[in-house]
Amino acid sequence: MDPIHDSARALARAVNARDASAAEIAEALIPHAARADAQLAAYLELTPELMRAQARRVDERVAAGESLPLAGVPLAIKDNMCVLGTRTTAGSKILENFVAPYTATAVQRLLDAGALPVGKTNLDEFAMGSSGENSAYALTKNPYDLDRVPGGSSAGSAAAVGGFAATVSLGSDTGGSIREPAAFCNVVGFKPTYGRVSRYGLIAFASSLDQIGPFARSVEDAALVYDVMAGKDPLDATSVDRAVEPTAGHLREDLRGVKVGIVKEFDLAKLDPAVRACYEAAYADLERLGAELVEVTLPTADYGVATYYLIAPAECSSNLARFDGVRYGLRVDGPDVGAMYERTRAAGFGPEVKRRILIGTYALSSGYYDAYYLKAQKARTRFAEDFARAFERCDVIASPAASTTAFKFNAKSDPLAMYLMDYYTIPVSLAGLPSLSVPCGAAVPDDGTRPMPLGLQLATPLFTERALLGYAHAYERATQHAQKLTPPETANA
Amino acid sequence: MPADRIDIRHVARLARLALTDDEIATFGPQLGSLMTHVDALAQLDTENVPATAQVIPSRNVQRGDALRPATMLTREAALQNAPQAQAGYFRVPRIIAEEG
Amino acid sequence: MSTTNPVILSSSKDDVVLTPELLAKYEPVIGIECHVELKTVSKMFCGCPNAFGGEPNTKVCPVCLALPGALPVPNAAAIEHMIRAGLAFGATIPPHSKFDRKNYFYPDMPKNYQISQYDMPLTVGGVVRYWLDDGRRGECRLTRIHLEEDTGKSTHVGSTDGRLAASTSSLVDFNRAGVPLMECVSEPDIRSADEAVAYLETLARTFRELGVSDVKMEEGSLRCDANVSIRLRGATEYGTKAEIKNMNSFRSVRRAIESEIARQIQVVESGGRVIQETRGWDEAAGTTHSQRSKEQAHDYRYFPDPDLVPIDVSADDVARVRATLVETPYERYVRYVDTYGIDTKRATQLVDDHVLAAWFDAAVAASNNALATVAFVLGDLARLANESGTHVAQGKVTPAALAELVGLTQSNAINSKGAKQVLETLWTDGGSAQAIVEREGLAQVSDRGAVEAIVDEVLAANPKVVDDYRAGKTNVLGFLTGAVMKASRGKANPALAQDLLKEKLSSA
Ligand SMILES: [Mg+2]
Ligand SMILES: [Zn+2]
Repeated sequence: MDPIHDSARALARAVNARDASAAEIAEALIPHAARADAQLAAYLELTPELMRAQARRVDERVAAGESLPLAGVPLAIKDNMCVLGTRTTAGSKILENFVAPYTATAVQRLLDAGALPVGKTNLDEFAMGSSGENSAYALTKNPYDLDRVPGGSSAGSAAAVGGFAATVSLGSDTGGSIREPAAFCNVVGFKPTYGRVSRYGLIAFASSLDQIGPFARSVEDAALVYDVMAGKDPLDATSVDRAVEPTAGHLREDLRGVKVGIVKEFDLAKLDPAVRACYEAAYADLERLGAELVEVTLPTADYGVATYYLIAPAECSSNLARFDGVRYGLRVDGPDVGAMYERTRAAGFGPEVKRRILIGTYALSSGYYDAYYLKAQKARTRFAEDFARAFERCDVIASPAASTTAFKFNAKSDPLAMYLMDYYTIPVSLAGLPSLSVPCGAAVPDDGTRPMPLGLQLATPLFTERALLGYAHAYERATQHAQKLTPPETANA
Repeated sequence: MPADRIDIRHVARLARLALTDDEIATFGPQLGSLMTHVDALAQLDTENVPATAQVIPSRNVQRGDALRPATMLTREAALQNAPQAQAGYFRVPRIIAEEG
Repeated sequence: MSTTNPVILSSSKDDVVLTPELLAKYEPVIGIECHVELKTVSKMFCGCPNAFGGEPNTKVCPVCLALPGALPVPNAAAIEHMIRAGLAFGATIPPHSKFDRKNYFYPDMPKNYQISQYDMPLTVGGVVRYWLDDGRRGECRLTRIHLEEDTGKSTHVGSTDGRLAASTSSLVDFNRAGVPLMECVSEPDIRSADEAVAYLETLARTFRELGVSDVKMEEGSLRCDANVSIRLRGATEYGTKAEIKNMNSFRSVRRAIESEIARQIQVVESGGRVIQETRGWDEAAGTTHSQRSKEQAHDYRYFPDPDLVPIDVSADDVARVRATLVETPYERYVRYVDTYGIDTKRATQLVDDHVLAAWFDAAVAASNNALATVAFVLGDLARLANESGTHVAQGKVTPAALAELVGLTQSNAINSKGAKQVLETLWTDGGSAQAIVEREGLAQVSDRGAVEAIVDEVLAANPKVVDDYRAGKTNVLGFLTGAVMKASRGKANPALAQDLLKEKLSSA
């Protein structure tokens, strides 16, 4: 057993068979994660004590005859999820000293299934960003090139798994925050259907889009984590009361008879040649595995970013109103409560959060609601309709997960340019579809020398997670792109 | 929607955000260029298209009228993160009537 | 009604004396918005108790404290209460409804938005029919009733009187945050402070009857705002309205509206113009004062709450709730007054205690004599209940026993004195009226021969009185009747006794 490099499935199997103990996995991970993190800055806080205590509990339960699907699996948790007794900051100064008095449902389900919490991972403040650079606390590095961003907003969760500082991790995806960093960090990043996984305890960015999902180094491990987390939660009214088909034991080996939709509007010619070549090869691989490629059309595709940057900020402007210095978090005092609010929020939020609060407040404000917010909600209907129409012609849609490989720190200073990073992931989010990014090769960036990973985005109709993970598994098994690339600095750590 | 039509100070006031002059100078053009991008939406035909607030088809998700003591917090836990507490209450600076 | 008395208000210029003539020149136009706390076990969106009082911040959870990551899940009972309340007033229950967020910052509002309903409330329209103390009736259309959540409570410290203005800081308790509230919005159909109070009283009675709220004013479970304007009598255009806030008793509603009407008349009469604004009611000063003008009003940025899903109310749901509806207090009042002939005051007295009214209805159903029954229920029975501190419905007298008693008095089987005695025994021991009459020998003696014998005895024993009567002092008849009753130990039929006395006194 190799606690650092083995899959979640292998670790859980070993612990359940009592070939290994959760305690020994924890003891191996604790110093290793700390060493790896000194380079990656993936974690905002490591939780060795929690991890040890949980390992003890897992070993006791296994000794008592229980079989736990995630027994002894090291898990990193994005720091926008509440875990009882841990500092939970959402990457924001405004929550610098906030200690959560409760645990998010998704996290609780994983802990109950035997996962070991390695720590809380860094993120773009309140999950707003595509590079990880918007954290108030740390700059997480891409494990494949420490001069480059890991992607965002689930920066630390992607980097931790990609850099072998955790076996699996949790991220949250609002417009691409799992899929894009997964692509940048050579891991699988899976966003289930909106409503599949409870959001209770996930610090909200945009409630109608936020969804928790796993990062893993294989589709199978992602499926394993998903199977444990998914399902109705009475504490989340938007979690869907619908039977969850187990996925992990039902992954397919080929793509015979599968129709893969290639979106006409997602023109690969716009991409860098090396990136383009990688995606063209990926499409060819799909065909080689027996899939039939069909052209589908998403006439709304180019409106995705505009639609998203009205809906998400509008919701965020309201969701983030609760950070006011009254009940928790930062307070900057003032002569009266109004001044206290304004000073607290000015000092506590970073520039990207402020920008989005301003956009969202504006889009909802009197006189602009119909032209902006309502218009965006109608556009959203069009996205759902366009995808529904596309899925009449295909079973799964394939596209790039990101238009470039990971870029260097400070490379994108224009907010709009950064927003456009999520061009491929946003339409899928607007439609609420299950979607993932699976490693699909690498390309050497213009400003670099080393090949950097890329991810293939797959998306399927609502609630078809089993099919989606099956297609991804078949592709992964045949191509093995994740194994072809190893992170240089941390590979031997 | 040209940038200068966004009254950033007014919007910041609604959002209870104190902005510095520098921030106003930076955010102004940034929001302006974003809103220009967003204005393209006007070209998307949404005539007779209903608004989507939620993509999932759920309706009437409700709970029975019952207590859930397991989720309740002790007063200590409720106040543990309070910037200022007094006698079991959260304490805030004086409220100016206009706020209400 | 106190508005008919002259009211003098000081103004910056001249004093305007509000004579009855001046008041009559103007017609007040009033609309009411009131918030009523719903009666549920748990809060609107979380499993914390919906209960008044308690140590501060002890009835809270991540949801009602708006901790990061917490989410609301609506209380089904609160939604059903809304449908019930709407149907009771003949409102339409639209098939689709939803929750929206009303965004504004206030320290006792944990999320800094209130989950409320904006353009798709649970109930639309309807009419509140009400009556006034003098028996007049009126009606006021409802615009809507929507569902929302209550805020926490701030206590202002640092000022001597606990008020906001001079405070240095505030203390916030979130126990009440998230309690379900219904907001009832009326059309501007109300024309006086008395009508406003009558309207509110009917709302309160109806909600209690329906079981949707306890409407405990002292616990702040009904709070209201009034939109008040005036116009010249006969005018059709509305005047500019002021919104009066912070009235938390029916008494203050009456006083605040009267004071505001007087203020507006005074403003207009002294050549001024009423401005659209929010005015707070100051209970101690007995006046309203400006809080903010509408120009500075909040931009609430309502939008559908993305943490919640839409509400569909099917025709079946509506039918199921409708089937549980009973007679409303107004309908009951009308039945008492119009069908039974009970006076307004006593009808109101009954309706105001819906438990007593239900008991009364059961007794009337058995007695078939509402007026005789109400005389007992609000007379001797109320007295006995009051003296013992036990509600009539909790006492040992059953509606059937009272009906029996009514029957015995109506058939002259017992006289009123006997009835009183039977009722007292029923109150302490329960049982049947007939049985008590028999056991205690209280049956009225209406047998002519038996009464005649007593009459003869009394006449023989009082020759002087008999002479007086015959000499023209006919008022001694009362004394003689009393003597017959006394001799019969109260059981003689008094009317028969009197008839026999007259007969014998005039014949001999
Ligand atoms: Mg309200
Ligand atoms: Zn609660």
